[in-house]
Amino acid sequence: MNGGLSVLAAAWVVARRDFTAILFSRSFFFFLLGPLFPVLIAVLAGSLGSRVDASQERAVLGVAMAAADVDALTRARAQLAPALGDDLPELVVIRRLGQGESYDAAQAMAERKAHVAAIVTGPVSAPVLTGPRGLIEAWRGPVSMLSAQARAGTAFTYPAVVLKPVARSSGTERKGRFATAQGAQTLLFLLTMMLAGMVLSNLVEEKGNKIIEVLAAAVPMDAVFLGKLFAMLGVSLVGIATWAGVGGLLWLGGGFSPERLPDPAVGWPLLIALGVVYFAMAYLLLGSVFLAIGSMATTVREVQTLSMPVTMAQLMVFFFASFAMTQPGSMVEIAAVLVPFSSPFAMLARAAQEPALLPHVLAIGWQMLWVALLVRGGARLFRARVMKSGPAGKAKRAGRRFPRFH
Amino acid sequence: MVSNLARNLASNLEGHPLAIEARGLVKRFDGFTAVGGVDLSVPVGAVYGILGPNGAGKTTTLRMLLGIIDPDAGTRKVLGAARPHDVAHAIGYLPEERGLYPAMKATEAIAFLGALRGLPLKEGRRRAHELLERHGLGYAADRQIRQLSKGMAQQVQILGTLVHRPRLVIFDEPFSGLDALNQGKLERMIRQLAEDGTTVIFSTHVIAHAERLCDDVAIIAGGKVPFAGPVDAARDRIPRQVRLETRARDGRWRTALPEDARQEGAFWSFSLPDGGIEPLLRALIEGDAGILSLSIERAGLHDAFVAIAGEAAARALEAGEQEDAG
Repeated sequence: MNGGLSVLAAAWVVARRDFTAILFSRSFFFFLLGPLFPVLIAVLAGSLGSRVDASQERAVLGVAMAAADVDALTRARAQLAPALGDDLPELVVIRRLGQGESYDAAQAMAERKAHVAAIVTGPVSAPVLTGPRGLIEAWRGPVSMLSAQARAGTAFTYPAVVLKPVARSSGTERKGRFATAQGAQTLLFLLTMMLAGMVLSNLVEEKGNKIIEVLAAAVPMDAVFLGKLFAMLGVSLVGIATWAGVGGLLWLGGGFSPERLPDPAVGWPLLIALGVVYFAMAYLLLGSVFLAIGSMATTVREVQTLSMPVTMAQLMVFFFASFAMTQPGSMVEIAAVLVPFSSPFAMLARAAQEPALLPHVLAIGWQMLWVALLVRGGARLFRARVMKSGPAGKAKRAGRRFPRFH
Repeated sequence: MVSNLARNLASNLEGHPLAIEARGLVKRFDGFTAVGGVDLSVPVGAVYGILGPNGAGKTTTLRMLLGIIDPDAGTRKVLGAARPHDVAHAIGYLPEERGLYPAMKATEAIAFLGALRGLPLKEGRRRAHELLERHGLGYAADRQIRQLSKGMAQQVQILGTLVHRPRLVIFDEPFSGLDALNQGKLERMIRQLAEDGTTVIFSTHVIAHAERLCDDVAIIAGGKVPFAGPVDAARDRIPRQVRLETRARDGRWRTALPEDARQEGAFWSFSLPDGGIEPLLRALIEGDAGILSLSIERAGLHDAFVAIAGEAAARALEAGEQEDAG
């Protein structure tokens, strides 16, 4: 008790102040805009990539054959194009060979005389494709098909195929759920890493404002830590809700149908709900570690130095959880569920793949226990290492690593 | 002060606990003993000074009393509670390094400090307006802390320390960083708090503040408390000083003066002899000294500090005072 204020009530006072202060600050607006830049970069990169792909698609095959073979080949392409479309290469006639005339395709490619990706020579009965290895191997089939059509000479009739879509097969369902699990895990990791670091700067700022001692004197440090964690969690959830809302509208506005998404094992509503809970858990677990680090650091540089190993460790944890996802029911998956830092990731992946709900209840309880332990540990560390006065003397004070309030 | 002493006596007679009772507090940091066994008894309603040079262990002692850090050894009772946070609602604390959220408005800052001590925000805001008006800062109520001068921000924090009407107020070096005008204001505020029955503890390295304000002091040096008790008792630790003026410059009477007598112009100064003043007076009269004036003066707190804490601590204290004045 805090003279009428319980630890939770005291944490609420701290959280309320932090939450409103951050929410109504200018920096929060820029924070909301944050994901816009990676999205813009991704869109630009995607557009650039598709242009590059498009330019690659325009690469064509040169044809240097006897005039009759050239005509037969181009006619065959025209006949096959309606059925196969882009799967057929473009053909450009380089040379119609006269009687007894030959063409050195390898030399033409080496001298780059012909502006084509590869060259088809020889009679249609035995075509020769000259060009870079990867390319000619990819086009071996289409060229063979074109040659066969050219040799047959008659136009086949290709019947239209009626498409009858059915519900997913068990194979595609498993594959889809795996993809959902992978996506959910990655999204959870990215959000956690992006947002958990905020508590660091928040606490460093707090110490810069020199108000931490006032807080520590009035309420237990556990309450200060809890309040800060939950305030930043609240801010994060507001941010995520905003991004999800805007992103969802853009997605639906772009004509995307949610029905195309593979259904997770627990269903979409529950997966989203569990995603929020596991984000909160992952955030609180990582945030409490960052908070302990932030409480000991005095400058942003110190924060970066101290938090780097934690960030790397978290990356390893993510890889561990991702690996565990590929082996459901194995000891590796159980270990990933039990290790507190990988537990939210492993369990979210599980929600996408397995319908059972009881394990989630147990896992959330387990994770909450660890949050409490870490907050308590962080608060103790703070009290033991930071709130201390040392001997007087400028020389000693100058050498202090952590702030002392004397 | 007299009224406080009377109140203390009354409260003790009624069986009320001391505001603070600490026994053998020890705190070590990385092998360094910052506080090495501090005993303190602060009566309810007293103005209590913790006097010592920088690095003596004042802040560490206060932090242990407040529960910010736990002692490695010893016990503490604050307002009767072994865990200071249990009575946080009845305590106000102003740390040496002052700080508030720069973006907060003055009213909100005061209300927030009150809320940390259990005061509802709405009531905190109401009281904040009242306090700001009363202390001539009403015009700054809606200004952000970053828009206030350093002195004004400090006043806002002091008001935030008091907004929940604590029974015990602890100030750590409250006068440092304040100009003379604001120091005077703070002294008046401390006196007012004492008159209202609030126990006030403050640490300082400026003897004058302790001498002017305190009923009791604890002298702290090197992490230990060589003296704790009433200011008068500290002064009585060294003999009273006799100041004598005589008509005769020389004569038999000179032999009656104690060995430590020293001449300062027309006056002689020396410690009051163990046997009291009467034998000396008799000897002076019989020796035809022709006494023009004779006064017996109590030692100042500074002399008492030197006598109790030692020359080195006194020099450190003076250095701190000069640094502060600079």
